[in-house]
Amino acid sequence: MIGAVALLLCCQFAGELVVRAAGLPLPGPVLGMAILFGILLARGGEPPAALVTVADGLLRNLGLLFIPAGVGVIVHIGLLAEAIVPVALAVSVGTLAAIAVTGKLMQALLGRTGSERR
Amino acid sequence: MREGEALATLWVYLSADPLAALTATLLAWLAGLRVHEAARGNPIVNPVLVAVLLIVAVLLAAGIPYADYFEGAQFVHFLLGPATVALALPLYRQWSLVRGSAVAILVSLAAGSAFAVASAVALGVAFGAPLSVIASLAPKSVTTPVAMGVAEEIGGLPGLTAAIVILSGIVGASLGTLALNLARVRDWRARGLAIGTAAHGIGTARALVVNETAGAFSGLAMGLNALATALALPLVWRLFASG
Repeated sequence: MIGAVALLLCCQFAGELVVRAAGLPLPGPVLGMAILFGILLARGGEPPAALVTVADGLLRNLGLLFIPAGVGVIVHIGLLAEAIVPVALAVSVGTLAAIAVTGKLMQALLGRTGSERR
Repeated sequence: MREGEALATLWVYLSADPLAALTATLLAWLAGLRVHEAARGNPIVNPVLVAVLLIVAVLLAAGIPYADYFEGAQFVHFLLGPATVALALPLYRQWSLVRGSAVAILVSLAAGSAFAVASAVALGVAFGAPLSVIASLAPKSVTTPVAMGVAEEIGGLPGLTAAIVILSGIVGASLGTLALNLARVRDWRARGLAIGTAAHGIGTARALVVNETAGAFSGLAMGLNALATALALPLVWRLFASG
């Protein structure tokens, strides 16, 4: 289990290093995801059981990890209130329209083949 | 008198130690999950939203500054990094599906990313937001660190951007299901890709709970949109600003 945690941290660390060294416009962990994906692909077969346990544990509770940042919204309530109408509309209507448009387009491009019904 | 002193000592200990904030965050998450279950998994009763509201209520009632809370909560916040790396796993498991729809993914992602930016900017302009607010709205659909960096580059306010990004994620996670149902998007690959493109990690957290395919496509879309927005938005913005 510690080995799996260390692997995740090593990938993140490598991601941070490359992002900083090469000046890439990405967060280190996102590149870390690509690095771990590359490792799994190169390795082939089933991923190590310990890694699956740790990763699934983290991802099942991914929502938990956003709570501290979510609470941070209160710090900026004043700024949000200053432009409440455009901000509220962009955040709600803009986001939901983007979801509908992206999903609709993706489904159309995929065609009917192999689609799983909800 | 003695009791008051003891209470004050306890208060000093609790506010200086990360234990209280950390415990409160975990308990709020468990409460959020309970409420979510009690609502029969209705996505509108989003567990992150419930937990955030609970903590905000406690902080406001007790007069605790956010910075003090974050001293303890940062240990949970830190795990976002390794959890993002861990998204490689669902992606690996779903790789044959992803590879089979690579063209659809790239086209939908580019269009969805551009639409998210354009709709936010259009609404900002239409409702008379100042330029700094419009620049803060533009990158609202990408993961927070990228959005803050992009906003700063194009003249937005990073703090406001962070708040807008989080709120967009919560809206996407809680109401995205409804939007997708209304648009009759039934394919899990399309549903996941849409949520990850427009509602980054918070949307991905929800997608992972619903369906592994949707979760994998959502995580992938989150990463790709971070890259696309970081590369394209500052360039396009400068083009319009100078023109």
